Amino acid sequence: MLIKYLFAKNEDIPAGSSSVFFGFSAIFWFVVGTGLGSFNAAKLAFPDWVTGTEMFAFGHMRQVHVLAVILGWISMAFAMTMMYMTPALGNTKLWSEKLGLWNAFLWNVGLSLGLFLLWMGITSGREYSDIIWPIDIVVMLGVLLPLGINVWMTIAHRRTQGIYITNWFFGACTFFILVVFAVGQSPELFNLTGLTEAYMTFWFAHNVLGLWITPVAAAIAYYTIPKLTGNPLYSHRIGHLHFWSIVAFYSTPASHHLMSAPLPEWLKSFASVEGVLILIPAVAFVANILLTMKGKWSLFVENIETKFSVTGVLLAIPLNMQGGFQQTRAINWYIHGTGWIVAHAHLALLGMSTFLEIAAVYFGLQQILRRKLYSLALANFHYWFVLIGFCIYWISMTIAGLIQGAGKIYEVPYIDVVVAEHPYMIARWVGGTMVFTGNLVWLYNMYMTAREGTVVPAGRYAHEMAYER
Amino acid sequence: MSFQQHKLGAAAVGGMLGLSMTITLMFPSFDFRSAESTWVGLDKSISNGRVIGFSYEDPTVVGANKPITVILDKDPKTGEKIDPPMRAYVYEPGVPFAAAIRHPANTGPTVSQLSLNVGKMAEASEAQGAVFGIGRGEVNGKDWDYIQNLTALKGWTPTDTLRAASEENTRYVGKGKTVYITEGCWWCHTLLPEQTQDWQVFGAPPMLGDFNGEMPTAFGSDRKAPDILHVASRNSSREWMNMHFFNPRLVQPNSIMPRFDYLWGETDVHGNKIDFDKWRAEYKEYRDGVRVYPPEIPEYAGNSEARALVDWILTSLK
Repeated sequence: MLIKYLFAKNEDIPAGSSSVFFGFSAIFWFVVGTGLGSFNAAKLAFPDWVTGTEMFAFGHMRQVHVLAVILGWISMAFAMTMMYMTPALGNTKLWSEKLGLWNAFLWNVGLSLGLFLLWMGITSGREYSDIIWPIDIVVMLGVLLPLGINVWMTIAHRRTQGIYITNWFFGACTFFILVVFAVGQSPELFNLTGLTEAYMTFWFAHNVLGLWITPVAAAIAYYTIPKLTGNPLYSHRIGHLHFWSIVAFYSTPASHHLMSAPLPEWLKSFASVEGVLILIPAVAFVANILLTMKGKWSLFVENIETKFSVTGVLLAIPLNMQGGFQQTRAINWYIHGTGWIVAHAHLALLGMSTFLEIAAVYFGLQQILRRKLYSLALANFHYWFVLIGFCIYWISMTIAGLIQGAGKIYEVPYIDVVVAEHPYMIARWVGGTMVFTGNLVWLYNMYMTAREGTVVPAGRYAHEMAYER
Repeated sequence: MSFQQHKLGAAAVGGMLGLSMTITLMFPSFDFRSAESTWVGLDKSISNGRVIGFSYEDPTVVGANKPITVILDKDPKTGEKIDPPMRAYVYEPGVPFAAAIRHPANTGPTVSQLSLNVGKMAEASEAQGAVFGIGRGEVNGKDWDYIQNLTALKGWTPTDTLRAASEENTRYVGKGKTVYITEGCWWCHTLLPEQTQDWQVFGAPPMLGDFNGEMPTAFGSDRKAPDILHVASRNSSREWMNMHFFNPRLVQPNSIMPRFDYLWGETDVHGNKIDFDKWRAEYKEYRDGVRVYPPEIPEYAGNSEARALVDWILTSLK
């Protein structure tokens, strides 16, 4: 469908095409990623379920799940929102739809290739940087750089005086991710070894969250919530406090991921203090959005996009409270390396940022396609399955992590910890499977929206119209 | 449009990120550069080879072109007895040298000087192959471990050294670590006992110089299984390891570790085809109570991945 525009003239490509390409790719990768997550979780609960085949071994699939979700779903949904929000906020058109389409195309090709090789065991053996360096170069030059160029040029060619906070985030974060990715892959490119490699791996893992996933997800909410409620953002100035404190405080605490490794002590202490300061942008963001909702809280119940968006913001509260304090030495020694961290990571990616993105993808696709959402019932099904599935996952893994932490400090034989965790492993699989089911329904719902959704008349928003199903 | 806030903003953002990278990347690099490698660090680096994982010498990540570790109880050249037995690291011609040998600065200021001046490390050639060992020398009243080029110091050639070691004392450590990485063992096991109470069960936490020249370090971040940095000190039975890898439930009924029977490959040590279906059927009978004993596990072939993995564990994870 959209492939035909790859070789069209830029003027002939309908506005929003790249956004649609990115949007459907993102949902597709979300289904793939959560499907793999559910499969992997089943293997942790029932180790003899599918066994003895290299291709279906846990160790070959775990990293495919992680990267399909981070690079496929989360990052492609970010690109999708950038492709329609950046021009809308600059009162202009996307700098190049054609570049956007090629970007989405290369992204899918590069990611498929990288994940296929990972699945085969062709890996660099570095967590979150598992993809081998030749494909890393493709990602840098074929994926991240074109995305950045499109965003920066659209902002530079804007027809407004100021820059709205969302675009501040978009412009800066596309630059950050390029730098962070290049630095993070440098151990492979330049054969840096030892603690340098270990530290750089987690410098990347930390900053990909801190300078890409969390801030861009928050930036999306700065657009969707005012748009859906009709309220102006409570305070643009608090938005800037959020922005600048992210740059200052979130880019520094990388070594709090390695609190028990023999890194320099000054570095760990510095990281720990900076890690608590992350609460400043966190509180600024949550307060700003919730105050924007003033007088429109009924939409939290009535409007599906607002429901997703506000849920994501509410999930940011426990996320940041955990994140700010669990990395201090006083708490980290107990929960380091346990299921607690797994639960926290899913709270960030499957909780906060995924909910904010789902809202933006629902909203954006309806706007660009000029179609009303096919079915509200299916969308509500999606909401509740993802939310309940996530909560089951999060709560069960938190409990499992506390059991593990207790087992660790009281020196319980490890196998007893495995036995004690078994029920929570089953719960984790049930939760993950619910999320996967919800996403399958979402993919169907969005596909039917594109095909059969009621046409939205010019000058109207999709969320202003009544549902027919 | 006279005031372009994106220009000012870009400068400020770039400046802040630059400051942050100065503190978090440049300053720690001074600490890392001054770290002196310990025996553990030297052993890991030279036994693993240049890089584990995807690399130009091993693009399909099967553990090709890796050095071989041997435990010698006699001198390969003179035949004299060596007591206690020593480790030697054999680089056959064409095998790329480890980062610690290629770039001596990786091992720290003092250790690299000892390796170059006393150990004659720079005289080794990748094209001709070389044998390395770890020696101990004194600088300023303190003992240091350093890399010895045994080809230059004692005239040991790779071929002679490999011949001098028995089959059981030839350890495919570099290949074994590769299997550890590709099979994703490190998604559940960690190689990092923590500096809290944890170390009383899993052994001493690693020291600052234990990692110099290692790539990747693969600490692991999510512990779903015991830490295995010192597992061979707790359990050094090759037979137990074999059973545990073939089917963990044979030795630990509550284990959730996957079966790694596919690491045995197609054929066993005698060249006979391994009948996995038959084994599984018999194992099921055993589990259902029809059989009293579980079926015997096949003996792995000398070039199998299973052997390399167990070699690595029993040699490196002391």
